[in-house]
Amino acid sequence: MPQAQWKIDRSLSENGNLAVRLSGDWNMKDGLPLVPEAIQQIESIGKVRTLSFVCQHLGQWDSGLLNFLIKLEEALHQRHIEMDRSGLPEGVDRLLKLASAVPERKGARRESDQTPFLVQVGNNTIELVQGIKDMVRFLGESVLTFFQLLRGRAKFRRSDFFLILQECGAYALPIVSLISVLIGLILAYVGALQLQQFGAQIYVANLVGLGMAREMGAMMAGIIMAGRTGAAFAAQLGTMTVNEEIDALSTLGISPMEFLVLPRMLAMMLMMPLLCLYADLVGILGGAMVGIGVLDLSFTQYVVQTKGAITLTDFGVGLSKSVMFGVIVALSGCLRGMQCGRSSSAVGLAATSAVVTAIVLIIVTDSLFTIMFNILGI
Amino acid sequence: MDSTKKTTGPHITVNNLTMAYGDFIIQKNLNFKVRQGDIFIIMGGSGCGKSTLLRHLVGLKEPAKGEVRYHGTSYWTAELQVQEEIRKQFGVLFQSGALWSSMTLAENVALPLEEYTELKKNDIREIVSLKLALVGLKGFEDYYPSEISGGMQKRAGLARAMALDPEILFFDEPSAGLDPISSRLLDDLILELRDSLGSTVVIVTHELASIFAIGNNSVFLDTDTKTMIAEGDPNMLRENSTDPKVQNFLKRGKA
Ligand SMILES: Nc1ncnc2c1ncn2[C@@H]1O[C@H](COP(=O)(O)OP(=O)(O)OP(=O)(O)O)[C@@H](O)[C@H]1O
Ligand SMILES: [Mg+2]
Repeated sequence: MPQAQWKIDRSLSENGNLAVRLSGDWNMKDGLPLVPEAIQQIESIGKVRTLSFVCQHLGQWDSGLLNFLIKLEEALHQRHIEMDRSGLPEGVDRLLKLASAVPERKGARRESDQTPFLVQVGNNTIELVQGIKDMVRFLGESVLTFFQLLRGRAKFRRSDFFLILQECGAYALPIVSLISVLIGLILAYVGALQLQQFGAQIYVANLVGLGMAREMGAMMAGIIMAGRTGAAFAAQLGTMTVNEEIDALSTLGISPMEFLVLPRMLAMMLMMPLLCLYADLVGILGGAMVGIGVLDLSFTQYVVQTKGAITLTDFGVGLSKSVMFGVIVALSGCLRGMQCGRSSSAVGLAATSAVVTAIVLIIVTDSLFTIMFNILGI
Repeated sequence: MDSTKKTTGPHITVNNLTMAYGDFIIQKNLNFKVRQGDIFIIMGGSGCGKSTLLRHLVGLKEPAKGEVRYHGTSYWTAELQVQEEIRKQFGVLFQSGALWSSMTLAENVALPLEEYTELKKNDIREIVSLKLALVGLKGFEDYYPSEISGGMQKRAGLARAMALDPEILFFDEPSAGLDPISSRLLDDLILELRDSLGSTVVIVTHELASIFAIGNNSVFLDTDTKTMIAEGDPNMLRENSTDPKVQNFLKRGKA
């Protein structure tokens, strides 16, 4: 196959016309002559006023040739050289005409130049502040919506609510069981290694019981739900944003906060304490498996010890946290979903950032709670 | 909605409207009026800001400058309650259809009825069937939006927009994706809605045939100058407009 070639007639005609011979196959994939080199050659000839083409030996061509010619024409234009298209194959000429039929929109092309470092820092700071403002506003709006609900004026579909309830309650049980039982096991093993040295392995029951009830049950349920349901909320609402479904709700005068966010928040607030309680019990069971299987404690011993170690208050501490976590997971999922841009990649980002937001907030809230309970002596 | 309710004066007034996404101005200095009972066409090249204008007209996007008035009430300076009242008179078909994907077609059309009327379940179901039949989707009540074709989604969106027999209907490219016959039926439907219910209809469309068949007022948005360059009855514009761009558009590039 003949290589694409660009050959210049050495002679410049009197009226400043330079003829160029194009020959061979001009296909994108075969590698084409470069525009800067062509321009260099042209400039080396001298004062060229027009450039024309001779294409008798031009073989096959595709968009590669078109692209070459468009760039060439731009470069020539800057040097005040005219390009005479009459020698080009008819198809090429027509396509070039089409490509320049709609002039470029002024201001539409995005500037891709680099922003200076300080500007970027400034922009990011402004964005951060804006982000926090948005979050607070969203929180405020959801509180207002909650009051609407208490006044019995919130509009959402009961059937949606029950579906969400099922989704973030019953369907989450398997994974919560698995994780909690393993957490119970791990706590027990870690504790057992230390406590056995003093022959105090019975206190494993205290460790696991307290650990699960006060901390791990709520936190694990929160984190699981953030990854499972928070991400799902963000993706659902994000897709609805992309499809203009949320706009369709707003134009009908139905508040997306009531219709979409409220049922999700309610469902999470209801289900999270239940999941937490369930995680507590399953975790304690996991601890008992280690206690009985590895440490040779008897079942009754373990149960009695556990009962002595934890009080209702301990469960209350965990449960109260878990309600908060439920709100956090639902709100960050919904917030990120509603903030979603209008593309499929934006939906992915929304889901990711929902999980990150939820987990960060869960851990921060958890430590605040722990410090607070400590000060209050609960 | 009673069709006898005729108020004098324009239904929608757009004053000195500038639309922008951030710093990027889409259109500026828009001034036009939509009269009660008009079938008002928004025309212009692809990407000139027709959908954006529609988003301003239905109160989804706040103008960068200027105002939109409905029966004389300025939307964006009105109180929330007034805004809600105004919005209740709208029926909107989005360019993408925007059906709620977690609900069946029947539930989609029924939702506005459930929200804003005291109708019983049975009555709602009958009205829903009627609306779906009007757009040629009889029998598809229990399908989900993902189970029907793009053109059918468009039509279902239309049925939803008409659910409450609204005073103003906003359609974004209702006939895009429809075959010539369906799109002709759609034109008939729109005329019928205007004549029987007295609705005002605002349509974004490129379909020349339907522009001339049903439109009696219009505005032409231009990309280069970023403003409107013509308004009025499209049939008159075709005959009388001196602007080459408008001529070009209305004669399909054969001016
Ligand atoms: N969310 C957005 N953010 C930034 N710019 C946008 C956004 N949406 C639209 N635009 C810009 O606004 C301009 C007008 O868009 P719009 O969707 O209103 O066009 P249109 O006239 O409806 O076009 P079409 O006939 O193709 O639907 C486009 O140039 C687009 O780049
Ligand atoms: Mg559009």
